[in-house]
Amino acid sequence: MKLFGSGHGACPGCGLPIAVKNVLEGVGPCFVANSTGCLEIISSQYGKSAWGVPYIHSVFENAAAVAAGIEVALKALRRTDEGPIVVFAGDGATADIGIGPLSGMFDRGHNVLYVCLDNEAYQNTGNQQSGLTPSGCYTTTTPAGKIMAGKQGQKKDMVAFALAHKLPYVATASVAFPRDIKRKAKRAIEFKGPKYIQIHSPCVTGWGLNGKQAIPVARLAVETGLYPLVEYENGELVRVKKVKERKPVEEYLKQQKRFRHLFKHPKGHEVVEELQKIADGNALKFGLDI
Amino acid sequence: MIRITPGAVSKPLESLKVKTGDWGAEYPVIEEEKCIGCGECEIFCPDLCIELIEAGMEKKGEKEKIIRVAKVNYEYCKGCGTCSVVCPAEAIKMELKDIYRGELK
Amino acid sequence: MKVVRGFYSVAYSVRLCRPDVICAYPITPQTEIVERLAEMYANGELGNCEYVTAESEFGAASILVGASATGARTFTATCSQGLILMSEVLWNASGMRLPIVLVNANRSLSAPLSIWNDHQDSMAMRDAGIIQVYAESNQEVHDMIPQAYKVAEDRRVMLPFMVCMDGYKLTHAYEPVDLLDQEIVDGFLPAYDPPVKLTTKKPLTFGSYATPDCYMEFRVAMHDAMDRARKVMDNVFQEWAEVSGRDWGGHISNGEEAETCVIAMGSLAGLVRNVVEELRKEGKSVSFIKLRTFRPFPAEELRKALTGASKVIVFERSLSLGSEPPVTLDVKSAIQKMGIDVYSVVVGLGGRDVPRELVKSTIQEVLEDRVKPGLHFKAKQFEEVIP
Repeated sequence: MKLFGSGHGACPGCGLPIAVKNVLEGVGPCFVANSTGCLEIISSQYGKSAWGVPYIHSVFENAAAVAAGIEVALKALRRTDEGPIVVFAGDGATADIGIGPLSGMFDRGHNVLYVCLDNEAYQNTGNQQSGLTPSGCYTTTTPAGKIMAGKQGQKKDMVAFALAHKLPYVATASVAFPRDIKRKAKRAIEFKGPKYIQIHSPCVTGWGLNGKQAIPVARLAVETGLYPLVEYENGELVRVKKVKERKPVEEYLKQQKRFRHLFKHPKGHEVVEELQKIADGNALKFGLDI
Repeated sequence: MIRITPGAVSKPLESLKVKTGDWGAEYPVIEEEKCIGCGECEIFCPDLCIELIEAGMEKKGEKEKIIRVAKVNYEYCKGCGTCSVVCPAEAIKMELKDIYRGELK
Repeated sequence: MKVVRGFYSVAYSVRLCRPDVICAYPITPQTEIVERLAEMYANGELGNCEYVTAESEFGAASILVGASATGARTFTATCSQGLILMSEVLWNASGMRLPIVLVNANRSLSAPLSIWNDHQDSMAMRDAGIIQVYAESNQEVHDMIPQAYKVAEDRRVMLPFMVCMDGYKLTHAYEPVDLLDQEIVDGFLPAYDPPVKLTTKKPLTFGSYATPDCYMEFRVAMHDAMDRARKVMDNVFQEWAEVSGRDWGGHISNGEEAETCVIAMGSLAGLVRNVVEELRKEGKSVSFIKLRTFRPFPAEELRKALTGASKVIVFERSLSLGSEPPVTLDVKSAIQKMGIDVYSVVVGLGGRDVPRELVKSTIQEVLEDRVKPGLHFKAKQFEEVIP
């Protein structure tokens, strides 16, 4: 049986199914707990489920806890051989509304792979800012107006959050590199305890792209250093995706409607410089440049 | 009369009855002679509607090698064009569906 | 017979039901229930059961959703703010038809903060699709837990079950309790065998969303399950009376017919029953009805019990701000067109003591027609002033 099937309702060019199918191929038959959000809506309509694995959606902010419940139940019922447990949750479900249950799951050390599908805003409801929306980004709740140039503040560092919980495996990935997603998912489940993978995934409608742009734009996020692909095992940085001739962030930003105001707004230049600093900082911190 | 399950539990993969192939305005055309069978399109396709199929054998010196080419299941293809962008051999072209051509006249 | 505190009678009974997953977050006055269970877990007395300390009541309920869907028998306990924090998940659990059993150590709601007893917390969950039974004593709580599992897990029902016990008044009270034998519970309560569960052997999708063409039917199906629960509970109550030798009655437990009937729930039942008996000895035509089941509401049983009555007094431990209290509304709905005057008397909010004299004088006022039917608060006179 396929683990995830065609006929789901994702927008043409959506990154989420690319992430999901490659994670599932990496881990094999497993249990999936999903938060409310884009993925849930495109895949779990009554009588039209796209899932070929046991799947549960409860509410928006509790997928980590539901997964923990599956794990303890399998332990109590002596059924741990049935397969690993994977959470798929959006960036808002992960970094905002569900961060409490996520911390609890990490803290108790449940044997769960938590995958954050990061499309950088609440895209299911039409692009409202989340804790993982990058600085300066336009969303419907952080619009570019006369005095504001998109989102104030930075993208929340959930990798650091995961590492602070002493997780054995923490990684970032991108739908532009699906083989890397598969490898990381496969690697992650070799570790016992909670694992965290955050996958950058473009939203064609929210980011203002056409379907064909999604993968090239996601690739640019990595090639500019704005979305470094890193991998930690037992707290040690073990692998990073190196970048040859790192590109300026403008190249990434200019292709997306959500950042277009930055090139007209009086405060835009400042924000672009800020984002370039973030990229440069990432390059330095992770040794991205070859 | 409708039949419902307790708690809205659904059977697996019933999404397959939703044919999303009519969503897009474009559709991918694979030039088989250019296709190198690398599977890049398959691994990227968000609608899980490309697979590599065997298209014959090829002699490479002493060894025989299976030739694989990508094949699109148009029942589900939404025409996003991702396959055409990621194809390293430039073997996939997106073409406008006839019905949309009609409107442009 | 052993003299134990309320929380021990709960924990002991939960253990006998052989749960697979217990998950809770401590809150006064529930805390010692989960502490006793944690002790049992630490001492290896819970078999294969997993005991999980959640990061919040919200997390605890969510963990039990995952566990119950996987096929585990689950238990939690909470109250007050904790129950309200769980509420989003509990509504979801009932919709998913997960037979989670919980004990609510009834406590008031904030603001103002109060840790003391009333029924506002569980009443706020009235429409959540959760079976609610209110216990009068720690023996009744002890006996109710195996029955709760049997009802909740019945395939005709499949809904969460909340056993309500008054915070402090029962949880902290020392009472003689005939602690059950494992054999009795094992003989009464079969192992949990859900019709569907999360398993890689048959990969089903739980928690689908429903479009307008079928959502309504799922919710009506829950209502039907509640309706079926009435009969299932009747049978389970009866079976329990046979196996345990203790008959707690049905959804209501009532005495003789009388002109005036008095309704109370939970720990207040004992006192009100006692006052009514005293008044009967004085020759008054008054009778007591203990309301055990609140959801599903036993309207039919109440109509029967109130045949021949002209007045009914409802002692309420809760409010519906801007309307009449919840039990009163249900009683009125059950007896409409029977021509019975309803006296709704709100007492004991936020742990306020309900003295014997208050109960007696309230009933006497009604018997002697010194008050009109309607809503009465047994509160002090007050005036609001800006500080």
